[in-house]
Amino acid sequence: MDTTIREYQDSWEDEIESKLNEKFSGKIEFTGKETRRVYAKVPRDALFGICKFLRDELSFEHCATVIGIDMKDYMQVVYHIDNYTVYKGECIELTVDVPNDDLHVPSVSSIWGGADWNERETWELFGIVFDGHPKLERLLTPDTYEFYPFRKSYKLRGWQ
Amino acid sequence: MADDDKAAAIKTADSKVVDIAAETAKMDTDKMWIIMGPQHPFSHGLWTLKIQADGEIVTDAEPIVGYLHRGWEKEAENRPYPKIIPMADRLCYAASMTYTHLYCMTVENALGIEVPEKAQYIRVVADEINRLQSHLMWLAAVGTDLGNFTVFLWAMREREYWMDMNVRLCGARMTTNYPRIGGVRNDTPDIFDRDIIRCTERFEKALWDIIGMIDDSSIYVSRMKGTGILTREECANLGITGPALRGTGVDFDLRRDDPYSLYDTLDFDVPVLNAGDSYARYMVRIEEMLQSCKIIKQAMAKIKALGKNAPYRLKVPTNVPAGRHYAKLEDPRGESMMYLVSDGTDKPYRLKVRSPIFVNVSASKELVMGCRIADVPAIMAMIDMCLGETDR
Repeated sequence: MDTTIREYQDSWEDEIESKLNEKFSGKIEFTGKETRRVYAKVPRDALFGICKFLRDELSFEHCATVIGIDMKDYMQVVYHIDNYTVYKGECIELTVDVPNDDLHVPSVSSIWGGADWNERETWELFGIVFDGHPKLERLLTPDTYEFYPFRKSYKLRGWQ
Repeated sequence: MADDDKAAAIKTADSKVVDIAAETAKMDTDKMWIIMGPQHPFSHGLWTLKIQADGEIVTDAEPIVGYLHRGWEKEAENRPYPKIIPMADRLCYAASMTYTHLYCMTVENALGIEVPEKAQYIRVVADEINRLQSHLMWLAAVGTDLGNFTVFLWAMREREYWMDMNVRLCGARMTTNYPRIGGVRNDTPDIFDRDIIRCTERFEKALWDIIGMIDDSSIYVSRMKGTGILTREECANLGITGPALRGTGVDFDLRRDDPYSLYDTLDFDVPVLNAGDSYARYMVRIEEMLQSCKIIKQAMAKIKALGKNAPYRLKVPTNVPAGRHYAKLEDPRGESMMYLVSDGTDKPYRLKVRSPIFVNVSASKELVMGCRIADVPAIMAMIDMCLGETDR
């Protein structure tokens, strides 16, 4: 893999899209493109393979954050992955839909160490289980909590 | 200092660690867990670092955070957009302006509005004032952590001048409540341009006094050199951002590589060092302060060229159209990000904050592994802890 640092070019988003399409055709759905931004939707079972490909082949070496969103009918997990060398400054956003009755997503913390605490946080606040995570324990809230405070079903007292 | 000198210094420090480890291995000692925090001189806030020590060598570590978790993101879901601005200030008291700027930028992205040029440059100046005072507070903390109280006093004295600039600009020292969705609250006051240039020029000289005091002290330097070494790959993989990342040789700064707020029209350098130890992180921050002065001067010149009557704030609608938007910003501590899911009402559906320290501190195990207990404060000081944004 060539890791020389390059200056930004307008063609990068198309390049990334075609490389991902070549490898994961039919599994990845691109929802938008902007300067330095690529947005895509991926199914749960293909997530781990796509993330591994992003890091190993396209040198996306920094997982900035993992975001949980409660859409009421289903949940979503959003990953933001950045590049420091080959596509410098490029950020790819992966969105995964998770059905309410089966809240499981493969953990990417073995690929990016930076995803570790973000996944723990998403688990403790939304109850989305990250399969294969080394230590899925409560981080910000007390250990005695038995509910997931960031779900929409949990109302803020005094306001509603 | 030449690169091979640096390598030699690291090598000596490394071989010392190995020697002590070998000696302790000969002795029959039990491993012991030591709890540092939440009330501990090194912690700079409420958090705990559990370290497992084999004699003097740290063999395992586990950071514990969450004492300040107040459900910031949940609270934001229940407030109208403008009322979140003062809350964003409270995410980090040392860099309040950057967080408010970030929040306003996120909502502006969602509204699809272009902020007036003058407001953009005023925000740049405000951000850099915050970067300077945040780095100076970090420098003061490093001074006490490493046992040099004069550094603390001098850095705090320099910080006061920047706090005065904050007061001139927006009337408050810390939680400034200054940027607004669509611009900034007020124009720069009458003699602000004169004052800030004086302040900048004074600081560029005064900083060298502090640098001299640290770099001439062999005790100080030997506690930073060769400790807490991370390689470039480890650092990027662990999600560490900001000065700690640039201290390992990753040439990445959002201000230059993913420009926002007209940073691309300003000329500045991004300091990068390859050593990857505490000293490199310290040097990167010092150099960043000098670069911030350079940015402030250029941005003030641009503001002056725009004239007194240029617009600095737009009227914006209260409801934000449905969609998903995010913004990233180079905080003094690293890459901060806000992700907004809006549903067309006047309140956000979900607002996620990416805090740089939340991720940086999760890597503290890798940072302190293999070092001596006495080095732990020196290494963790280079993270520049801020618990308000970590726990949210």
